Amino acid sequence: MALIQEIDYGTPVSKAEKTVSLIVDGNRVTVPEGTSIMRASMEAGIAIPKLCATDMVDAFGSCRLCLVEIEGRRGTPSSCTTPVAEGMVVHTQTGRLKDIRRGVMELYISDHPLDCLTCAANGDCELQDMAGAVGLRDVRYGYEGDNHVVARQGGELNARYMPKDESNPYFTYDPAKCIVCSRCVRACEEVQGTFALTIEGRGFGSRVSPGMHESFMNSECVSCGACVQACPTATLQEKSVIDIGQPEHSVVTTCAYCGVGCSFKAEMRGEEVVRMVPWKDGKANRGHSCVKGRFAWGYTNHKDRILNPMIRENITDPWQEVTWEEAFAHVAKEFKRIQFQYGRGAVGGITSSRCTNEETFLVQKLVRAGFGNNNVDTCARVCHSPTGYGLGKAFGTSAGTQDFDSVEHTDVVILIGANPTDGHPVFASRLKKRLREGAKLIVIDPRRIDMVKTPHIQASHHLPLRPGTNVAVLTALAHVIVTEGIFDEAFIRERCDWSEFEDWASFVSDPAHSPEATEAYTGVPAAELRGAARLYARGGNGAIYYGLGVTEHSQGSTTVMAIANLAMATGNLGKPGVGVNPLRGQNNVQGACDMGSFPHELPGYRHISGEETRDIFEKLWGVELNSEPGLRIPNMLDAAVEGTFRGIYIQGEDILQSDPDTHHVQAGLAAMECVVVHDLFLNETANYAHVFLPGSTFLEKDGTFTNAERRINRVRKVMTPKNGLGDWEVTLGIAEAMGLGWDYSHPSQIMDEIAATTPSFTNVSYDLLEKMGSVQWPCNEKAPEGTPVMHLGGFARGKGKFIRTEYVATDERTGPRFPLLLTTGRILSQYNVGAQTRRTENVAWHAEDLLEIHPHDAEQRGIHDGDFVKLASRSGETSLRAKLTERVSPGVVYTTFHHPGTQANVITTDFTDWATNCPEYKVTAVQVSPSNGPTAWQVEYDAQAAQSRRIAEPALEPAE
Amino acid sequence: MLNRTADADIASRAGAIVEGHRALEGPLLPILHSIQDEFGYVPTAALPAIADGLNLSRAEVHGVVSFYHDYRQEPAGRHVIKVCRAEACQSMGGEELAEKLLALLGLDWHQTRADGAVTIEPVYCLGLCACAPSAMVDGEVIGRLDHDAIAEIARGVNA
Repeated sequence: MALIQEIDYGTPVSKAEKTVSLIVDGNRVTVPEGTSIMRASMEAGIAIPKLCATDMVDAFGSCRLCLVEIEGRRGTPSSCTTPVAEGMVVHTQTGRLKDIRRGVMELYISDHPLDCLTCAANGDCELQDMAGAVGLRDVRYGYEGDNHVVARQGGELNARYMPKDESNPYFTYDPAKCIVCSRCVRACEEVQGTFALTIEGRGFGSRVSPGMHESFMNSECVSCGACVQACPTATLQEKSVIDIGQPEHSVVTTCAYCGVGCSFKAEMRGEEVVRMVPWKDGKANRGHSCVKGRFAWGYTNHKDRILNPMIRENITDPWQEVTWEEAFAHVAKEFKRIQFQYGRGAVGGITSSRCTNEETFLVQKLVRAGFGNNNVDTCARVCHSPTGYGLGKAFGTSAGTQDFDSVEHTDVVILIGANPTDGHPVFASRLKKRLREGAKLIVIDPRRIDMVKTPHIQASHHLPLRPGTNVAVLTALAHVIVTEGIFDEAFIRERCDWSEFEDWASFVSDPAHSPEATEAYTGVPAAELRGAARLYARGGNGAIYYGLGVTEHSQGSTTVMAIANLAMATGNLGKPGVGVNPLRGQNNVQGACDMGSFPHELPGYRHISGEETRDIFEKLWGVELNSEPGLRIPNMLDAAVEGTFRGIYIQGEDILQSDPDTHHVQAGLAAMECVVVHDLFLNETANYAHVFLPGSTFLEKDGTFTNAERRINRVRKVMTPKNGLGDWEVTLGIAEAMGLGWDYSHPSQIMDEIAATTPSFTNVSYDLLEKMGSVQWPCNEKAPEGTPVMHLGGFARGKGKFIRTEYVATDERTGPRFPLLLTTGRILSQYNVGAQTRRTENVAWHAEDLLEIHPHDAEQRGIHDGDFVKLASRSGETSLRAKLTERVSPGVVYTTFHHPGTQANVITTDFTDWATNCPEYKVTAVQVSPSNGPTAWQVEYDAQAAQSRRIAEPALEPAE
Repeated sequence: MLNRTADADIASRAGAIVEGHRALEGPLLPILHSIQDEFGYVPTAALPAIADGLNLSRAEVHGVVSFYHDYRQEPAGRHVIKVCRAEACQSMGGEELAEKLLALLGLDWHQTRADGAVTIEPVYCLGLCACAPSAMVDGEVIGRLDHDAIAEIARGVNA
């Protein structure tokens, strides 16, 4: 294995179709029109010296090192800013060019420290490389570096010297090493789209400045690290590289945080990760990343990680460490006992959206083939189950229709119930880039999220609806499109059922669904809504991106159908730049759903009652499958309280913290006799567990994740599991102990089994992934290399289905006791329940959950910024600190659910989506009042958690 | 507390100036001029308000402000003297005259006298090379400087 060196072509690729031929140093090169001479040369294998150019950002032409001579043209133009022309003859190395380059390097080096041997970038410094490339042998201007390099000169303080900024937990900024190439500034602007950096001053005074001459932490910086990646010197440098040194090999793998599924190079020293660098060939992220993927992997070595299996009789006992064999035997024995005692249906399992496809497949196989029931569910239940249901009904497949590249072709984006700058940051950067190119944006969200207005981005319309009125707003949009006759009749006649459309059209045309009529309860101004509808219908390629603000409602499935209706009515499906795109929360929630994690579905979304489907698996597995759908998570908990459900295997999910109505989850878990938690840490659910099986991180196993665009990406093992076994091997261990006789020695064999049984995966194999990098399902005989955009010629189900979407207000209402509406979400630096990110330096940005409240509501209650407040609903109460902000409307409050100390889900109710049981996290009627500390419940909870996490000391060896 | 109130006041006055210039194409420089006219300098507290009004980042505004020497970071004296130190003026004895002026005022380059009477700044070419050495006092250019003229300038600012 070696370090993967990606070629830096210097300038971005040109997308022109017409090609141009030219001669570079005697070599003929043909490239697309608009390509720079620098890039064309690199494609011919000729590296022109450069410092300020890199192919992630546009050419800048400031370093004057990449000059070339062109026959028939005067002077020495910079090759990065000069486009190729037909028949051009370019010379990259002439006597004149050599002199110029050497002269330029002399100037750079005259004001740069010469501590190369002890510099963190030693071995990975482009300045050093260029000094070598141009043959720098002496610097006529001296080496003193008397501008920026030293703090004191001749005893005097040097006013130009600036000390290192070490405020960011992950990287340092050393102005003394800066050559002012502006790569960091341009990466922040063009790649990330935050514009947090600038060059301040002029001439010798020029310096990179975060914000207004602030520290990185105090500036607008979101710590995505694009600047660090772009920096050619050690000016911006990962602290991990400063600590460890340069990596010696790298492995391409997939990030385990959100559903964007970014590809990374894990750069390693032996089995130690030195840094994660986004992979430019990664088709989801195209070389970009966020603070979580690039930097927040420290949890893999956190001291809280449990490395040995543990069991205990009662949840009040301390844990006892045991061997893997003992643990497996114990689990098998207990589950068999429970099934014998209480019936076959008394046990079940929960698959993890954080684990690989292969691991998820095994868990559902364990439940279906081993336990002999279908009591398997997954955390998608609490996030995107309505997406699966709604899109399945409308189009025939339960997934987003596009790839992320599609956003580059979109003209109008509707963003509804999603906050991508926090939840899906890399997608947000790609979207912002398109918006800066002129695409328009419509935001439908109760909060004024960053996308509504952020530097160089301004939404054309923001519809600040009252939480819970999504369906009314979407139906009103449809009302405008239908009644104003701006639907796409040709598309509908060709691709959908016309009579169903007519039925739907007559439904939405009802004046009761007009924006003027719905304004009263949605709070969205009618004129604004009409404008948004016209823009989406007539603005060119229209794409809808949505998140959990759509699904986590009592009408989640209806909202998804309403979205599908809008896209079909306007003809925005089946080509690049359009579509219906759920932004998936977890790295592999798409995959977990694909792999048959739901109680009623076998892999590939095939109903368990289908005999043909069951037959495929029965033949292969040699068992008879139960044809009745099993229990969903909430039903399992209900059954546990009733006493008919007694044992559960939970892989990589913290249902106590992430599922609604914490008290009910507590009661359900406490009623069980064998709760098996398989996780990295003693999570909140583990407080109620009898067996703890230590999990492995994404760095420690092979497998695949499927991201929000249906892309199957490889996860590659870069280190030995610290706990000894990959998660798939643990499930395998349980299966073996139960006598199931499974035989897998590598996850690739599990993928082969998936391909053999699942029509949308027929062609997928590790060999294909090795060859292609990644593929998007369906990947079978019809689409041997996968399917970037779905429904190209027609819908998967045949004709697209229009469905009536009647708005039914949720039963969760505000009233005198609970006058405010609480909605929940997340922030950039933390991830989900925070089990991982809370155990990294990311806590520097978000150390606790805060309650966002409008200043007006706060004033009425005598609450000041930073005050401790009590947040109470009909379900329960908790306390946290208040943050006064106008991002939320009066009447609405908002918080995150990243910290177990807050437990926002104590507050949320047990109302759920009518079709899928997806909980209504996004609407809870609450009251907020001043408080002076944690609630009684929080104190009690902390005490129970501390009690439950005790691990018994191993017995001492008797003295000789 | 006092500082915070002052900053809020600056931000709101700056916001009003931004509003007034919003219709212009490339409004940032005219806005910064107006800010400087309003406050006598470009206060840091005004930058976030400008950034917000034009939908730029704080960093971008700071980059522009810090690029131009004419945008002051603190208020200038009641009189502002700019003395040309470019080549033509140097060749006509400008340096010596400039040293003398500094001595008469008791100041070094870029300094403002403690009583707030005067600020002196170097400038690199006023476009008056034909009448070098030259200077600018409170916006008015003076050519063919000599010792008498220097003394008069120094007297003038004390008046």
